[in-house]
Amino acid sequence: MSPFATLLVRDVKLAARSGGSAALALSFFALVATLMPLGVGADLRLLARIAGGVLWVGAVLAALLSLDRLFQGDYEDGSLDLIALSPLPLELTALAKIFAHWLSTGLPLTLLSPLLALMFNLPPVPTLVLFVSLLIGTPAVSAVGAIGASLTLSLKRGGLILPLLILPLLSPAVIFGAGAVSASMDGLGAAGGLELLAAFAFGAVLLSPFATAACVRLNLGG
Amino acid sequence: MNWLFRYANPHEFMRLSGAVLPFTAIATALCIGLSLYLGFSAPPDYQQGRTVLILYIHVPAATCAMTVYGAIAVCSLLSLVWRHPLSDTAARAAAPLGAIFTALGLITGALWGKPMWGTYWVWDARLTSFLLLLFIYFGYMALWNAIEDETKAARAAAILALVGAVNIPIIKFSVEWWSTLHQGESIVSGKLAPVFLAPLLLMMAGYMLLFITLWMVRIRTAILERRATVLMQRGTA
Repeated sequence: MSPFATLLVRDVKLAARSGGSAALALSFFALVATLMPLGVGADLRLLARIAGGVLWVGAVLAALLSLDRLFQGDYEDGSLDLIALSPLPLELTALAKIFAHWLSTGLPLTLLSPLLALMFNLPPVPTLVLFVSLLIGTPAVSAVGAIGASLTLSLKRGGLILPLLILPLLSPAVIFGAGAVSASMDGLGAAGGLELLAAFAFGAVLLSPFATAACVRLNLGG
Repeated sequence: MNWLFRYANPHEFMRLSGAVLPFTAIATALCIGLSLYLGFSAPPDYQQGRTVLILYIHVPAATCAMTVYGAIAVCSLLSLVWRHPLSDTAARAAAPLGAIFTALGLITGALWGKPMWGTYWVWDARLTSFLLLLFIYFGYMALWNAIEDETKAARAAAILALVGAVNIPIIKFSVEWWSTLHQGESIVSGKLAPVFLAPLLLMMAGYMLLFITLWMVRIRTAILERRATVLMQRGTA
């Protein structure tokens, strides 16, 4: 197996076996979706209107939960030093970490979203748009999040500052993703929002490994 | 690049900024004072009445908020690429000023929005992007404060500033795509009457000069603070 695949499989296994971050993120996501009708009322028409935005915000917040551990565990026990010494360039290491984070949070969240959309009374076509938008958009959340995680990796309480750093940067993803859902609710084409979201996600996944690798290098004292 | 690095030396910077500072301070006072005089002596706007005066606080604050972020981004690039030693200090010193300009733009905008739009806050593209800019400033300052090792903090903050610089145009575009109530620009396109334009341009110059003056003061303070720390450490050792 190539070093990239090895690291990817290792990280996905770690995420699945140590505390089950996917299960945590999914429960959090479902809880946000449950609290929302309790807060705003159970009017199904209203819920259908806000479903896209609520589920997008919920998914972004749920993906945030496990982000601060993206590098921190490896940093604390020293394995990040060994990974950095390996022939795999640090940029590809960062990409593998982003991909592993997406597989263990972004993808499960996306798969759960149609069920929650059903509970929000979202019609079938907007539900499909929501699913596709999360599928396209959650990699951007992991990618931008990796920059934040690597910036704060030497901090004891990095988890507190992380949302402040990356949530403003993620606002375009929420706007385009939730915008596509509400456009399809109004019978307008969702393609515009989805295309912009895809552009944002591509840009994020392409550029984030470089910024992330730079931050990791700096924190390893290189 | 040599000219750039002459002033990387803190000693050289202290000498130069000390000489320049009185002039920029006086120029700031002149610009703002003259603009206030012209602004108050101009006739009230036929639609907005006296509230048009908010224009002179609001627009320059918003322009400065963006310019300061630009200055932070340039300093961060200098620091990351050329390891320009003073630019970290400069970037850190500029951030609170930028945050204050952003907050001032938001607050005056809200106060202006009430009489003109009938509401303090609307989720309009510019208001929203400025609110996000304020959070980006907060995050930047928080990161500086969170990392104890000064060199690490400087480089991490520089990376964050550059990531933000790439992202801010995207945020601006996305919120504009999302919703727009705020008017477009009316300075370059000549939609603003000269009686209002002259004080506005003067005030913008005044704000810019104010920023430069305060920025230099803050950088000087930071340099002096570092010297004091070094002296104290020598004293205890």
